Amino acid sequence: MNMINLLLFPIIIPFFFAMILMFFKEQVVIQRVLTLIGLALSLVASCWLVATVKTEGIQTVTLGSWPAPFGISMVSDMFSALLVTTTILITFFVVLYSFSSIGIERERFFYYPAILFMITGINGAFTTGDIFNMFVFFEVLLIASYLLIVLGGEKRQLRESIKYILVNVISSAIFVIAVAYLYSVVGTLNMADISVKIAEINQPGIISVIAILFLIVFGIKGAIFPLYFWLPGSYAAPPIPVLALFGALLTKVGVYAITRTYTLFFVHDIGFTHQFLLVLSILTIIAGCIGALAYFDLKQIIIYNIIIAVGVILFGVAQMNTAGLEGAVYYLIHDMLIKGALFVLIGIIIYVTGTSNLREMGGLIKTHGTLGWTYLIAAFGLAGIPPLSGFIGKVLIAKGAFEADHAFSSVIVLASSLIVLLSVIRIFIYAFWGPQQHVLPARDQRVYRQMMLPAVMLVLITAAYGVGAEWLMPYMKDAADVLADPSIYINAVLKE
Amino acid sequence: MKTNDVILQTATKVVFFIIFLFSIHIFFVGHYAPGGGFVGGLLTTGAIVLLLLAFDLKTIQQILPFNFTIVTAIGLVLALSTAGASIFFNVPFFTHAYDDFNLPLFGKTSLHTAMFFDSGVYLVVVGSAITIIQSIGGDD
Repeated sequence: MNMINLLLFPIIIPFFFAMILMFFKEQVVIQRVLTLIGLALSLVASCWLVATVKTEGIQTVTLGSWPAPFGISMVSDMFSALLVTTTILITFFVVLYSFSSIGIERERFFYYPAILFMITGINGAFTTGDIFNMFVFFEVLLIASYLLIVLGGEKRQLRESIKYILVNVISSAIFVIAVAYLYSVVGTLNMADISVKIAEINQPGIISVIAILFLIVFGIKGAIFPLYFWLPGSYAAPPIPVLALFGALLTKVGVYAITRTYTLFFVHDIGFTHQFLLVLSILTIIAGCIGALAYFDLKQIIIYNIIIAVGVILFGVAQMNTAGLEGAVYYLIHDMLIKGALFVLIGIIIYVTGTSNLREMGGLIKTHGTLGWTYLIAAFGLAGIPPLSGFIGKVLIAKGAFEADHAFSSVIVLASSLIVLLSVIRIFIYAFWGPQQHVLPARDQRVYRQMMLPAVMLVLITAAYGVGAEWLMPYMKDAADVLADPSIYINAVLKE
Repeated sequence: MKTNDVILQTATKVVFFIIFLFSIHIFFVGHYAPGGGFVGGLLTTGAIVLLLLAFDLKTIQQILPFNFTIVTAIGLVLALSTAGASIFFNVPFFTHAYDDFNLPLFGKTSLHTAMFFDSGVYLVVVGSAITIIQSIGGDD
């Protein structure tokens, strides 16, 4: 059977299961089972989608059988198909981790439906080919994330959720304004059609202004340099599984949106827009590095590493050549996987020691060997030690930067790897080496093993992602080709 | 002293049905005139809020013994299954079907599956609005 709606399955299946879960508010076991089934089905669908995109090229469907620029187009190229698959994969393991860590009280209050609604929004934002529809999917994922950040009602969560909601409501309003400006200039909302129309008028000044406006909007969502102020506080408030989902997925949607708009729409005045992006990404990396070294708090160190990674990916995008874009795609997926793994791992460290302060830890390697070595592999993977996954992305990004004559700034990017390594190894040294500082609180070994299972599997996947780079490279190349040449995307959508 | 709101309650008993019928009217004309699921849902909510003002929360929960969270969920399922039915006919998602039918009472009537989608919207609006009002109002 020819499945023309295949690319919608990774969006529809989580959505469907989310609403089914609303009927079983109190039955936690049913919720857990249904969530896992839903995510497993979505994973199968998204892997199938990746295979289809690989063999048959970009998949598009325009909803309601309308012709392309008039209906809402959903477009799945290799870039979005890979991101959708990664999203579902991470969510699957984080949900497994939630079983033993989130607590029955939260599970009984729409925790799993909120996660599935958030996945719906994220996958939709990755897949949509319509700029206003992207706004709608942003709101779907944001509103679900508002629930997740406040769920539990601790004092700190309430305080930080007010900040988080305020910042996101403002950025959503700017998003609407930016779309309104863009619509009044080009008169269309379909992303492929916008790209054609901008090419026809050859990007006058107003379009560059809109480009910067979009950078501000997605920069707030994705936490780039002057707009990341809300992230460290807000992300530290919710419990670890929620933090893992946010850290691995939410900022990456903003990064995806910047990548998409800056490779599809605003490609005619690269000297201005992409130079601006380049400078901001370097500043983002520096700001993240300062934060990652400044704290002795496990959560804050990894949270600032999110900001560094956002800078590195956008630095790759700003090069606008194949090597840089390929590196950005590779690094983006690496970073989603490794951040998911690291947050789950520090969650286990916090569970074992009962604190998130590095100074109060020590000597864990004697009692929790597996945890220590798993963490070390994840830390090396994050920093980009060769056989592991962070390496190739950064090498390609640096290669792209040297090709584009940005030698000096790429030295900063490479130097940031050392600081990343230093910040995560500091956790390893403080928490796992040295003498045991105080008596560990008594913990259930069974719960600990249940928590370790998803963590070890995520770290294994990131290791395989690094070791199997040769095998994955054709996929990354397909993704980068579409980004480097907008006409491939446009022809796929507006084929008639 | 106990307040006596017999005028309010009597008026409400009449006005409720007028508002409710108007909301149903607005819901059904949505395809050809201003209206549709969202406004229709909000008007129905308005009618129920009037009942809440005239009587108390407990009485209303006895009159309308629904769990409004479930109403929202049913609305979502209805909307998604209307859109998703197109998957089984292998046409793009959200493709609607319509035709003219000869109904016994109404004569020749044009029916459109967008109506099912709109009923989903209607139920979601009513369900979520009443859930908000009940949970704020019922929080002692």
